[in-house]
Amino acid sequence: MHIDLKIPAALASECGGARAIAVEVPDGANLGDLLDAVAADYPRLARRVRDEAGQLRRFVNVYVGDDESRRLEGQATPLKAGQPVQILPSIAGG
Amino acid sequence: MAYLVLIGTRKGLFTATSDDRRTWRLDGPVILDEDGFTAVAEIYAIGTDPDTGRILVGAATWFGPSIWRSDDYAATWSEPIEAPMAFPQDLPYRPLDFSETAGIDQPESDQTNTVKRIWQLTFGPGDRVWAGVEPTSLWTSDDGGQTFTFNRALWEHPEHTTWASGAGGPAVHTIVPDPTDPKTQTVAISSGGIYQTRDDGHSWTGITKGITVDYAPDETPDSGQCIHKVTRGTDGTLYTQSHGPAYRSTRPDGGWTDISANLPSKFGFAIVAHPTEAGTVMAWPVTASMERTPPDRQVGAWRTEDSGDTWQPWHNGLPTDPYFGGILRDGACTDAAPGDPGWYFGTRCGDVWAAADSDGRWHQVAAHLPDVLCVRAMETA
Repeated sequence: MHIDLKIPAALASECGGARAIAVEVPDGANLGDLLDAVAADYPRLARRVRDEAGQLRRFVNVYVGDDESRRLEGQATPLKAGQPVQILPSIAGG
Repeated sequence: MAYLVLIGTRKGLFTATSDDRRTWRLDGPVILDEDGFTAVAEIYAIGTDPDTGRILVGAATWFGPSIWRSDDYAATWSEPIEAPMAFPQDLPYRPLDFSETAGIDQPESDQTNTVKRIWQLTFGPGDRVWAGVEPTSLWTSDDGGQTFTFNRALWEHPEHTTWASGAGGPAVHTIVPDPTDPKTQTVAISSGGIYQTRDDGHSWTGITKGITVDYAPDETPDSGQCIHKVTRGTDGTLYTQSHGPAYRSTRPDGGWTDISANLPSKFGFAIVAHPTEAGTVMAWPVTASMERTPPDRQVGAWRTEDSGDTWQPWHNGLPTDPYFGGILRDGACTDAAPGDPGWYFGTRCGDVWAAADSDGRWHQVAAHLPDVLCVRAMETA
Protein backbone atom coordinates (compact mmCIF):
# COMPACT_ATOMS: atom_id res chain seq x y z
CA MET A 1 0.00 0.00 0.00
CA HIS A 2 0.96 3.59 -0.49
CA ILE A 3 1.72 5.98 2.40
CA ASP A 4 2.51 9.68 2.11
CA LEU A 5 5.11 10.61 4.71
CA LYS A 6 5.33 14.32 5.43
CA ILE A 7 8.81 15.64 6.20
CA PRO A 8 9.53 18.68 8.43
CA ALA A 9 11.54 21.55 7.04
CA ALA A 10 14.35 20.73 9.47
CA LEU A 11 14.89 17.38 7.73
CA ALA A 12 13.94 18.24 4.16
CA SER A 13 17.49 18.18 2.83
CA GLU A 14 17.66 14.46 3.63
CA CYS A 15 15.01 13.95 0.92
CA GLY A 16 16.43 16.32 -1.66
CA GLY A 17 14.29 19.16 -0.30
CA ALA A 18 11.00 17.28 -0.60
CA ARG A 19 8.41 17.95 2.11
CA ALA A 20 6.71 14.62 1.47
CA ILE A 21 7.81 11.25 0.15
CA ALA A 22 5.72 8.37 -1.13
CA VAL A 23 6.54 5.07 0.56
CA GLU A 24 5.31 1.64 -0.52
CA VAL A 25 4.79 -0.87 2.31
CA PRO A 26 2.99 -4.23 2.40
CA ASP A 27 -0.67 -4.34 3.31
CA GLY A 28 -0.98 -4.66 7.09
CA ALA A 29 2.28 -2.81 7.70
CA ASN A 30 2.73 -0.79 10.86
CA LEU A 31 4.64 2.42 11.59
CA GLY A 32 7.86 0.54 12.34
CA ASP A 33 7.65 -1.14 8.95
CA LEU A 34 7.20 2.24 7.31
CA LEU A 35 10.27 3.65 9.06
CA ASP A 36 12.25 0.54 8.08
CA ALA A 37 11.29 1.17 4.46
CA VAL A 38 12.36 4.80 4.75
CA ALA A 39 15.73 3.71 6.14
CA ALA A 40 16.48 1.73 3.01
CA ASP A 41 16.21 4.80 0.76
CA TYR A 42 17.00 7.61 3.18
CA PRO A 43 19.43 6.26 5.81
CA ARG A 44 20.36 9.60 7.30
CA LEU A 45 16.72 10.68 7.59
CA ALA A 46 16.09 7.38 9.34
CA ARG A 47 18.80 7.90 11.94
CA ARG A 48 17.53 11.41 12.61
CA VAL A 49 14.18 9.86 13.57
CA ARG A 50 15.26 6.68 15.41
CA ASP A 51 18.34 5.79 17.46
CA GLU A 52 20.48 2.70 17.01
CA ALA A 53 18.12 0.70 19.23
CA GLY A 54 15.26 1.50 16.86
CA GLN A 55 13.49 3.85 19.27
CA LEU A 56 12.00 7.15 18.23
CA ARG A 57 14.27 9.95 19.38
CA ARG A 58 12.97 11.82 22.38
CA PHE A 59 12.15 15.05 20.57
CA VAL A 60 10.87 13.49 17.37
CA ASN A 61 7.15 12.86 17.10
CA VAL A 62 5.51 10.83 14.37
CA TYR A 63 1.82 11.39 13.80
CA VAL A 64 -0.40 8.72 12.26
CA GLY A 65 -3.41 10.56 11.06
CA ASP A 66 -4.11 13.14 13.75
CA ASP A 67 -2.57 11.22 16.62
CA GLU A 68 0.98 11.14 17.91
CA SER A 69 2.13 7.56 17.67
CA ARG A 70 3.19 7.29 21.31
CA ARG A 71 -0.48 7.78 22.23
CA LEU A 72 -1.41 4.93 19.93
CA GLU A 73 0.62 1.74 19.78
CA GLY A 74 3.99 3.31 19.15
CA GLN A 75 5.79 1.80 16.20
CA ALA A 76 3.33 -1.11 16.30
CA THR A 77 0.57 1.27 15.26
CA PRO A 78 -1.11 -0.26 12.17
CA LEU A 79 -1.31 1.84 9.03
CA LYS A 80 -4.10 2.15 6.49
CA ALA A 81 -3.68 2.79 2.77
CA GLY A 82 -3.67 6.47 2.00
CA GLN A 83 -3.35 7.43 5.64
CA PRO A 84 -1.09 10.47 6.15
CA VAL A 85 1.92 10.03 8.39
CA GLN A 86 3.89 13.06 9.52
CA ILE A 87 7.24 13.57 11.25
CA LEU A 88 7.10 16.58 13.58
CA PRO A 89 10.07 17.43 15.79
CA SER A 90 9.58 19.13 19.12
CA ILE A 91 11.74 22.21 18.94
CA ALA A 92 12.58 22.35 22.62
CA GLY A 93 15.09 24.12 24.80
CA GLY A 94 15.86 27.51 26.27
CA MET B 1 50.51 33.52 10.38
CA ALA B 2 46.78 32.87 10.70
CA TYR B 3 44.89 31.20 13.51
CA LEU B 4 41.47 29.63 13.90
CA VAL B 5 39.60 29.14 17.17
CA LEU B 6 36.63 26.80 17.34
CA ILE B 7 34.26 27.39 20.24
CA GLY B 8 31.70 24.76 21.17
CA THR B 9 28.80 26.11 23.23
CA ARG B 10 25.53 24.92 24.70
CA LYS B 11 23.88 26.47 21.63
CA GLY B 12 26.05 25.92 18.61
CA LEU B 13 29.57 26.26 17.24
CA PHE B 14 31.34 29.58 16.82
CA THR B 15 34.62 30.30 15.07
CA ALA B 16 37.11 33.14 15.25
CA THR B 17 40.10 33.96 13.09
CA SER B 18 43.13 36.16 13.59
CA ASP B 19 46.43 36.98 11.98
CA ASP B 20 48.14 38.01 15.21
CA ARG B 21 46.13 36.38 18.04
CA ARG B 22 45.28 39.84 19.32
CA THR B 23 42.46 40.99 17.07
CA TRP B 24 39.79 38.41 16.29
CA ARG B 25 36.91 38.14 13.84
CA LEU B 26 34.00 36.11 15.22
CA ASP B 27 31.52 34.07 13.17
CA GLY B 28 28.56 31.95 14.18
CA PRO B 29 26.61 30.15 15.20
CA VAL B 30 28.01 27.99 12.44
CA ILE B 31 25.48 25.80 10.63
CA LEU B 32 26.98 22.38 10.11
CA ASP B 33 24.00 20.66 8.49
CA GLU B 34 22.02 21.68 5.42
CA ASP B 35 18.78 22.41 7.29
CA GLY B 36 20.13 24.55 10.10
CA PHE B 37 19.28 22.60 13.24
CA THR B 38 22.93 22.41 14.33
CA ALA B 39 22.89 26.14 15.05
CA VAL B 40 21.38 25.20 18.41
CA ALA B 41 23.22 21.92 18.94
CA GLU B 42 25.26 21.19 22.05
CA ILE B 43 28.90 21.13 20.93
CA TYR B 44 30.81 19.11 23.51
CA ALA B 45 33.68 17.89 21.33
CA ILE B 46 35.98 19.45 18.74
CA GLY B 47 39.01 17.67 17.35
CA THR B 48 41.71 19.31 15.26
CA ASP B 49 44.51 17.65 13.31
CA PRO B 50 47.40 20.07 12.86
CA ASP B 51 49.03 17.78 10.30
CA THR B 52 46.12 17.77 7.84
CA GLY B 53 44.01 20.73 8.97
CA ARG B 54 41.04 18.43 9.42
CA ILE B 55 38.41 19.40 12.00
CA LEU B 56 35.81 17.12 13.57
CA VAL B 57 32.88 18.41 15.58
CA GLY B 58 30.67 16.25 17.78
CA ALA B 59 27.20 17.73 18.07
CA ALA B 60 24.21 16.59 20.10
CA THR B 61 21.00 17.63 18.34
CA TRP B 62 17.26 17.02 18.50
CA PHE B 63 17.92 14.37 15.85
CA GLY B 64 20.64 12.54 17.73
CA PRO B 65 24.39 12.90 18.04
CA SER B 66 26.63 12.99 14.99
CA ILE B 67 30.03 14.10 13.78
CA TRP B 68 30.66 16.77 11.17
CA ARG B 69 33.95 17.15 9.34
CA SER B 70 35.73 20.07 7.66
CA ASP B 71 38.85 19.90 5.52
CA ASP B 72 38.92 23.61 4.70
CA TYR B 73 39.30 25.23 8.13
CA ALA B 74 35.59 25.38 8.94
CA ALA B 75 34.48 26.88 5.61
CA THR B 76 32.36 23.83 4.65
CA TRP B 77 31.15 20.78 6.55
CA SER B 78 30.12 17.24 5.73
CA GLU B 79 28.53 14.42 7.68
CA PRO B 80 28.47 10.66 7.05
CA ILE B 81 25.25 9.23 5.65
CA GLU B 82 25.34 6.32 8.08
CA ALA B 83 25.63 6.92 11.82
CA PRO B 84 29.33 7.24 12.67
CA MET B 85 28.84 5.13 15.78
CA ALA B 86 26.15 2.82 17.12
CA PHE B 87 26.14 0.83 20.35
CA PRO B 88 26.15 -2.94 19.92
CA GLN B 89 22.67 -3.97 20.91
CA ASP B 90 23.80 -7.23 22.51
CA LEU B 91 25.29 -5.42 25.51
CA PRO B 92 23.53 -5.65 28.85
CA TYR B 93 21.87 -2.34 29.60
CA ARG B 94 23.93 -0.01 31.78
CA PRO B 95 21.97 2.82 33.41
CA LEU B 96 22.95 6.33 32.42
CA ASP B 97 22.79 7.61 36.00
CA PHE B 98 22.06 11.31 36.26
CA SER B 99 23.13 14.32 34.26
CA GLU B 100 23.23 17.97 35.20
CA THR B 101 21.37 18.65 31.99
CA ALA B 102 19.02 16.01 30.79
CA GLY B 103 20.22 16.34 27.24
CA ILE B 104 18.19 16.78 24.13
CA ASP B 105 18.53 13.20 23.04
CA GLN B 106 17.77 11.09 26.08
CA PRO B 107 16.80 7.59 24.98
CA GLU B 108 13.11 6.94 24.58
CA SER B 109 13.52 3.82 26.67
CA ASP B 110 15.76 3.55 29.70
CA GLN B 111 16.60 -0.03 28.87
CA THR B 112 18.92 0.31 25.89
CA ASN B 113 22.46 1.61 25.44
CA THR B 114 22.55 4.38 22.86
CA VAL B 115 25.05 7.11 22.06
CA LYS B 116 23.94 10.21 23.89
CA ARG B 117 26.76 12.70 23.55
CA ILE B 118 30.24 12.76 22.02
CA TRP B 119 32.54 14.32 24.61
CA GLN B 120 35.96 14.04 23.00
CA LEU B 121 37.47 13.69 19.53
CA THR B 122 41.22 13.12 19.42
CA PHE B 123 43.36 12.55 16.34
CA GLY B 124 46.05 9.88 16.27
CA PRO B 125 48.55 8.79 13.65
CA GLY B 126 47.33 8.40 10.07
CA ASP B 127 43.55 8.22 9.83
CA ARG B 128 43.14 7.20 13.47
CA VAL B 129 40.62 9.12 15.56
CA TRP B 130 39.37 8.28 19.04
CA ALA B 131 36.01 9.36 20.43
CA GLY B 132 35.03 9.57 24.08
CA VAL B 133 31.31 9.10 24.47
CA GLU B 134 28.42 9.26 26.95
CA PRO B 135 27.49 6.73 28.25
CA THR B 136 31.03 5.94 29.38
CA SER B 137 32.70 4.41 26.33
CA LEU B 138 35.64 4.74 23.98
CA TRP B 139 35.41 4.39 20.20
CA THR B 140 38.09 4.10 17.52
CA SER B 141 38.03 5.19 13.89
CA ASP B 142 40.60 4.29 11.27
CA ASP B 143 38.96 6.20 8.43
CA GLY B 144 39.36 9.75 9.68
CA GLY B 145 36.22 9.82 11.80
CA GLN B 146 33.64 8.49 9.34
CA THR B 147 32.95 5.24 11.21
CA PHE B 148 33.87 4.19 14.74
CA THR B 149 34.31 0.83 16.47
CA PHE B 150 33.18 0.34 20.06
CA ASN B 151 35.95 -0.56 22.54
CA ARG B 152 34.51 -3.49 24.43
CA ALA B 153 37.57 -4.04 26.64
CA LEU B 154 37.19 -0.70 28.40
CA TRP B 155 33.39 -1.01 28.66
CA GLU B 156 33.77 -4.42 30.31
CA HIS B 157 36.69 -3.47 32.58
CA PRO B 158 36.05 -5.15 35.94
CA GLU B 159 36.25 -1.79 37.72
CA HIS B 160 33.32 -0.37 35.76
CA THR B 161 31.13 -1.16 38.77
CA THR B 162 32.98 1.62 40.63
CA TRP B 163 32.23 4.17 37.91
CA ALA B 164 29.42 6.64 38.35
CA SER B 165 28.18 9.76 36.67
CA GLY B 166 29.68 13.17 37.07
CA ALA B 167 27.16 15.97 37.10
CA GLY B 168 27.63 16.46 33.40
CA GLY B 169 26.90 12.84 32.63
CA PRO B 170 28.87 9.57 32.58
CA ALA B 171 31.48 9.78 29.85
CA VAL B 172 34.98 9.11 28.64
CA HIS B 173 35.88 12.79 28.40
CA THR B 174 39.65 12.70 27.85
CA ILE B 175 41.85 10.75 25.44
CA VAL B 176 45.61 11.28 25.58
CA PRO B 177 47.72 9.55 22.91
CA ASP B 178 51.41 8.85 23.42
CA PRO B 179 53.32 10.23 20.43
CA THR B 180 56.24 7.91 21.22
CA ASP B 181 54.12 4.75 21.18
CA PRO B 182 51.03 4.47 18.97
CA LYS B 183 49.75 1.52 21.00
CA THR B 184 49.61 3.54 24.24
CA GLN B 185 46.65 5.71 25.09
CA THR B 186 45.37 7.15 28.35
CA VAL B 187 41.70 7.93 28.96
CA ALA B 188 39.86 9.62 31.82
CA ILE B 189 36.34 9.17 33.12
CA SER B 190 34.13 11.26 35.42
CA SER B 191 33.70 9.69 37.68
CA GLY B 192 35.69 6.58 37.15
CA GLY B 193 39.41 7.23 37.03
CA ILE B 194 42.28 7.10 34.60
CA TYR B 195 42.92 4.03 32.45
CA GLN B 196 45.82 3.23 30.17
CA THR B 197 46.32 0.74 27.37
CA ARG B 198 49.68 -0.32 25.99
CA ASP B 199 48.24 -2.67 23.38
CA ASP B 200 46.06 -0.25 21.39
CA GLY B 201 42.92 -0.78 23.39
CA HIS B 202 42.86 -4.55 23.77
CA SER B 203 43.38 -4.29 27.53
CA TRP B 204 43.25 -1.47 30.05
CA THR B 205 44.93 -0.86 33.39
CA GLY B 206 43.63 1.54 36.00
CA ILE B 207 46.34 4.05 36.94
CA THR B 208 44.41 6.22 39.37
CA LYS B 209 45.66 4.73 42.64
CA GLY B 210 47.16 7.45 44.80
CA ILE B 211 44.62 10.07 43.82
CA THR B 212 42.53 10.82 46.89
CA VAL B 213 38.85 11.68 47.26
CA ASP B 214 36.99 13.55 49.98
CA TYR B 215 33.49 12.45 49.04
CA ALA B 216 33.62 8.74 49.88
CA PRO B 217 34.41 6.68 52.99
CA ASP B 218 37.53 5.25 51.35
CA GLU B 219 39.71 8.29 50.65
CA THR B 220 42.31 6.27 48.73
CA PRO B 221 40.36 3.97 46.40
CA ASP B 222 41.92 2.01 43.58
CA SER B 223 39.35 3.34 41.10
CA GLY B 224 36.23 5.42 40.82
CA GLN B 225 37.90 8.78 41.41
CA CYS B 226 36.34 11.79 39.74
CA ILE B 227 39.00 12.85 37.26
CA HIS B 228 38.27 16.14 35.54
CA LYS B 229 41.07 16.30 32.97
CA VAL B 230 44.42 14.75 32.06
CA THR B 231 47.14 16.35 29.94
CA ARG B 232 50.52 15.03 28.83
CA GLY B 233 53.73 17.04 29.00
CA THR B 234 56.20 16.79 26.16
CA ASP B 235 58.47 14.70 28.40
CA GLY B 236 55.69 12.19 29.00
CA THR B 237 54.71 13.42 32.45
CA LEU B 238 50.97 13.15 33.03
CA TYR B 239 49.17 15.96 34.83
CA THR B 240 45.62 15.70 36.09
CA GLN B 241 43.09 17.97 37.73
CA SER B 242 40.84 15.82 39.85
CA HIS B 243 37.73 16.70 41.82
CA GLY B 244 40.25 17.30 44.57
CA PRO B 245 43.88 18.24 44.03
CA ALA B 246 45.88 18.49 40.82
CA TYR B 247 48.58 15.85 40.44
CA ARG B 248 51.51 14.85 38.29
CA SER B 249 53.09 11.49 37.64
CA THR B 250 56.07 10.39 35.63
CA ARG B 251 55.11 6.76 36.18
CA PRO B 252 51.39 6.48 36.97
CA ASP B 253 51.59 2.90 38.16
CA GLY B 254 53.99 4.23 40.78
CA GLY B 255 51.61 6.86 42.10
CA TRP B 256 50.83 10.56 41.85
CA THR B 257 52.25 13.70 43.46
CA ASP B 258 49.91 16.44 44.68
CA ILE B 259 50.88 19.69 42.93
CA SER B 260 48.15 21.91 44.37
CA ALA B 261 50.08 23.44 47.25
CA ASN B 262 50.77 26.70 45.44
CA LEU B 263 47.54 26.87 43.50
CA PRO B 264 44.77 29.10 44.86
CA SER B 265 42.45 26.11 45.08
CA LYS B 266 42.56 22.34 44.93
CA PHE B 267 39.52 22.26 42.67
CA GLY B 268 39.16 22.90 38.98
CA PHE B 269 38.67 21.31 35.62
CA ALA B 270 40.89 22.55 32.80
CA ILE B 271 44.61 21.82 32.73
CA VAL B 272 46.80 21.98 29.60
CA ALA B 273 50.47 21.10 29.18
CA HIS B 274 52.82 23.21 27.09
CA PRO B 275 53.31 21.50 23.72
CA THR B 276 57.11 21.75 23.71
CA GLU B 277 58.41 22.90 27.13
CA ALA B 278 58.60 20.09 29.65
CA GLY B 279 57.37 21.14 33.08
CA THR B 280 55.27 24.04 31.82
CA VAL B 281 51.54 23.65 32.41
CA MET B 282 48.57 26.00 32.56
CA ALA B 283 45.63 25.44 34.93
CA TRP B 284 42.33 27.21 35.46
CA PRO B 285 41.35 26.56 39.11
CA VAL B 286 37.83 26.93 40.44
CA THR B 287 37.28 28.11 44.02
CA ALA B 288 35.81 24.89 45.39
CA SER B 289 33.47 22.05 44.73
CA MET B 290 30.78 24.07 46.46
CA GLU B 291 31.68 27.39 44.83
CA ARG B 292 32.14 27.17 41.10
CA THR B 293 33.67 30.60 40.54
CA PRO B 294 37.25 31.62 39.74
CA PRO B 295 39.38 31.99 42.91
CA ASP B 296 38.90 35.44 44.44
CA ARG B 297 36.39 36.06 41.62
CA GLN B 298 39.36 36.84 39.35
CA VAL B 299 39.16 35.15 35.99
CA GLY B 300 42.54 33.89 34.93
CA ALA B 301 45.01 31.09 34.44
CA TRP B 302 47.83 29.80 36.62
CA ARG B 303 51.15 28.71 35.17
CA THR B 304 53.91 26.46 36.38
CA GLU B 305 57.30 26.03 34.78
CA ASP B 306 58.57 23.48 37.30
CA SER B 307 56.02 20.69 36.88
CA GLY B 308 53.67 22.10 39.49
CA ASP B 309 56.04 22.78 42.39
CA THR B 310 55.22 26.48 42.08
CA TRP B 311 52.49 28.34 40.20
CA GLN B 312 52.17 31.95 39.14
CA PRO B 313 49.02 33.83 38.14
CA TRP B 314 48.74 34.49 34.42
CA HIS B 315 46.01 37.12 34.38
CA ASN B 316 47.51 39.95 32.33
CA GLY B 317 44.89 41.56 30.11
CA LEU B 318 41.90 39.95 31.80
CA PRO B 319 39.10 41.86 33.55
CA THR B 320 39.71 42.66 37.19
CA ASP B 321 36.03 43.13 38.04
CA PRO B 322 34.43 40.25 39.94
CA TYR B 323 33.90 37.36 37.57
CA PHE B 324 31.67 34.38 38.21
CA GLY B 325 32.04 32.04 35.23
CA GLY B 326 34.07 28.88 35.59
CA ILE B 327 36.07 27.12 32.90
CA LEU B 328 34.94 23.61 32.01
CA ARG B 329 37.28 20.66 31.39
CA ASP B 330 37.57 21.25 27.64
CA GLY B 331 37.24 25.00 27.90
CA ALA B 332 41.00 25.54 27.50
CA CYS B 333 43.62 24.49 24.96
CA THR B 334 46.77 25.43 23.12
CA ASP B 335 47.13 25.87 19.37
CA ALA B 336 50.56 24.20 19.61
CA ALA B 337 51.92 26.68 17.09
CA PRO B 338 55.61 25.87 16.54
CA GLY B 339 57.93 28.30 18.26
CA ASP B 340 55.27 30.33 19.99
CA PRO B 341 52.20 28.38 21.04
CA GLY B 342 49.02 30.20 21.93
CA TRP B 343 46.75 29.56 24.90
CA TYR B 344 42.98 29.83 24.82
CA PHE B 345 40.12 29.51 27.27
CA GLY B 346 36.37 30.10 27.37
CA THR B 347 34.01 30.45 30.31
CA ARG B 348 30.49 29.56 31.28
CA CYS B 349 29.71 33.26 30.87
CA GLY B 350 30.49 33.00 27.17
CA ASP B 351 33.78 34.89 27.13
CA VAL B 352 36.82 33.57 25.26
CA TRP B 353 40.40 34.81 25.50
CA ALA B 354 43.66 34.04 23.70
CA ALA B 355 47.31 34.72 24.52
CA ALA B 356 50.49 33.97 22.66
CA ASP B 357 53.05 32.38 24.95
CA SER B 358 55.62 35.05 24.13
CA ASP B 359 53.09 37.86 24.59
CA GLY B 360 51.87 36.79 28.01
CA ARG B 361 48.78 38.96 27.65
CA TRP B 362 45.21 37.79 27.11
CA HIS B 363 43.17 39.27 24.28
CA GLN B 364 39.42 38.82 24.02
CA VAL B 365 38.31 36.52 21.22
CA ALA B 366 34.59 36.64 21.93
CA ALA B 367 32.17 37.91 24.56
CA HIS B 368 28.63 37.04 25.65
CA LEU B 369 28.42 33.73 23.80
CA PRO B 370 26.32 30.89 25.17
CA ASP B 371 27.87 28.68 27.88
CA VAL B 372 31.27 27.60 26.48
CA LEU B 373 31.72 23.81 26.57
CA CYS B 374 34.95 23.40 24.62
CA VAL B 375 37.62 25.46 22.86
CA ARG B 376 40.13 24.25 20.28
CA ALA B 377 42.59 26.27 18.19
CA MET B 378 44.94 25.70 15.32
CA GLU B 379 47.37 27.50 13.10
CA THR B 380 45.99 27.68 9.56
CA ALA B 381 48.80 29.25 7.56
